[in-house]
Amino acid sequence: MSLLLNILIDGVAYGMVLFMISVGLSVTMGLMRVINLAHGGFALIGGASCHWLIAEQGMSFWLAAPLGVAAVVALAWPLERLIYRRIYGFGDLQQVLATIGLTFLIIATVNRLFGSSLLALTLPDVLAQSVDLGFRTLPLHRLIVIGAGIVVIAGLWLLIDRTRFGIRLRAAVDNRATASAIGINTGLIYSATFCLGAGLAAVGGILGAEMLPIEAYYPLRYMVLFLIVVAVGGMGSISGSFAAAIALGVLDTATRYLVPDFGTIFFYACIILFLALRPNGLWGRTA
Amino acid sequence: MTDTTITPKRTGRIAGIPFLGEAILIALVLAAYFLFPYNLAFLTRILIMVLLVLSLDLVLGFAGIATLGQAAMYGTGAYAAGLFAVHVTGAPLPGLVVGALAGAVLAFISGLVLMRARGLTLIMLTIAVASICHEIANKARDVTGGADGLRGIRMEPVLGLFEFDFIGKTAYWYVFVVVFVVFLLLKRLANAPLGLSLKGLHESPERMAAIGAPVYRRLVLAYTLGGGIAGVAGALAAQVTQLVSLEVYSFNLSAEALIMLILGGTGRLYGAIIGTVIFMTVHHVAAAADPFNWLFLIGLMVLGVVFFLPKGLAHLPTALTRLVRGRT
Repeated sequence: MSLLLNILIDGVAYGMVLFMISVGLSVTMGLMRVINLAHGGFALIGGASCHWLIAEQGMSFWLAAPLGVAAVVALAWPLERLIYRRIYGFGDLQQVLATIGLTFLIIATVNRLFGSSLLALTLPDVLAQSVDLGFRTLPLHRLIVIGAGIVVIAGLWLLIDRTRFGIRLRAAVDNRATASAIGINTGLIYSATFCLGAGLAAVGGILGAEMLPIEAYYPLRYMVLFLIVVAVGGMGSISGSFAAAIALGVLDTATRYLVPDFGTIFFYACIILFLALRPNGLWGRTA
Repeated sequence: MTDTTITPKRTGRIAGIPFLGEAILIALVLAAYFLFPYNLAFLTRILIMVLLVLSLDLVLGFAGIATLGQAAMYGTGAYAAGLFAVHVTGAPLPGLVVGALAGAVLAFISGLVLMRARGLTLIMLTIAVASICHEIANKARDVTGGADGLRGIRMEPVLGLFEFDFIGKTAYWYVFVVVFVVFLLLKRLANAPLGLSLKGLHESPERMAAIGAPVYRRLVLAYTLGGGIAGVAGALAAQVTQLVSLEVYSFNLSAEALIMLILGGTGRLYGAIIGTVIFMTVHHVAAAADPFNWLFLIGLMVLGVVFFLPKGLAHLPTALTRLVRGRT
């Protein structure tokens, strides 16, 4: 019983991190039809700048984390305007190639500035302390991660379902040409959505540094994981990404606990089975 | 797309002269042999990569199957040939056959599932297959040596005549002959009905289905053939380096092969060769000049190709003539 609860808590926390990083990827894929392999780079930049602010500038975590996210958003805006805008029109393979090129640039830059060692994010004492849950103690940090994930999904739901921006975004996802024809500024929607996704990836990167350690090759190492979340959740579906991220987080954690020797094999076998049966993901629309 | 020639253009013929490309190829390989006698190991690696990229060209360039998991077949071929050399015989040619079969069988089995998917799902599934292979090789320590790699491969002379030497002369020519034979076969295939039908699948699977082509079976067949060739490439790597490490299954290998192919131009056999040679050379020079920042240069190169030469370097002559004659 306590094993089950352990798997659940760790898995859900892990899933929340996966969700925060992947949701932007899913929405940009659904909206712009871009396979953005460089998305993990935003999580890396967020984590790396947060590391720099804490370790080199002596800032507190509470100040460094928002600044790290802001830095990523500030970088994502011109990147979208100058580079990604041109990538939208490319074919699938050209997109893959262009975004792999961008990933290489990000990795090489981080490598140059910080080296290839692990970039630790020192948590404030408050977050590092343990909480007693009755059946086990766990760092408060995990609970914060789960809480942050819930806040993000609730906030996204409010944004998409209850605001004018959300209506326009949904219209653009459903049919870009028509949305643009009835006077929705799709260019602006694209930029804003892209920056939102990049910012969320940075939040996930910073909060998830305990589970997915920040280092220069981060975007390549976890790229497959993020893409799997999107593929399983279905492109462009926020609730799909959420369900997929939590399910995969729990599945991955469970296989690590229960069949440690064959965890990865089992994990990927499940993914293959699922995607073979449902090639469009959980809630995926046939593209 | 727009030109509707009735007789299909023959792929792989330069300026219409038969066998001009092959002659240039042999001349270049000979020249490289005499110009860089101390870099034969590196040149051999380029040739092996050419074979892997050619296999990817068949799968992706001709049949249009988007894959980032070609390393699965390459690695399986490498392990199969390596284990065959350790446990059965060190004769190289039977090892190649074993590698080809291993790659083809894996491609066939995984292809039965993979070829039902398209787009992102397909790319994900191919990556997943390679990851599973990586994990199995990692866990089966008793058989594959796990993370330490498969050691103890001792090769016998090729055909019992040509001993593998220390400088790698035999290895160079051995690999070249194999790559060249596969290249000729692929060139033949490209102009054969099967190759044309694969190109048709690439352009429009719906229309091919409409004219009665068995789409799914053709895709599985193309994937299996590509897997067999990738298996040969892996087998060559295992025999020449006499070591198989887990790296053969790495995602980076698949990704780099894809970059090389698109760099040269997909669907053109010479494009696969040009792309591989240029990428490997830039990689080699950049890594030697600056071991820490070479990735930056590669990234810039990749972006440059995508933005300025979207059809690959093989398209450069056409692009230049168009520029000179004025945009048409």
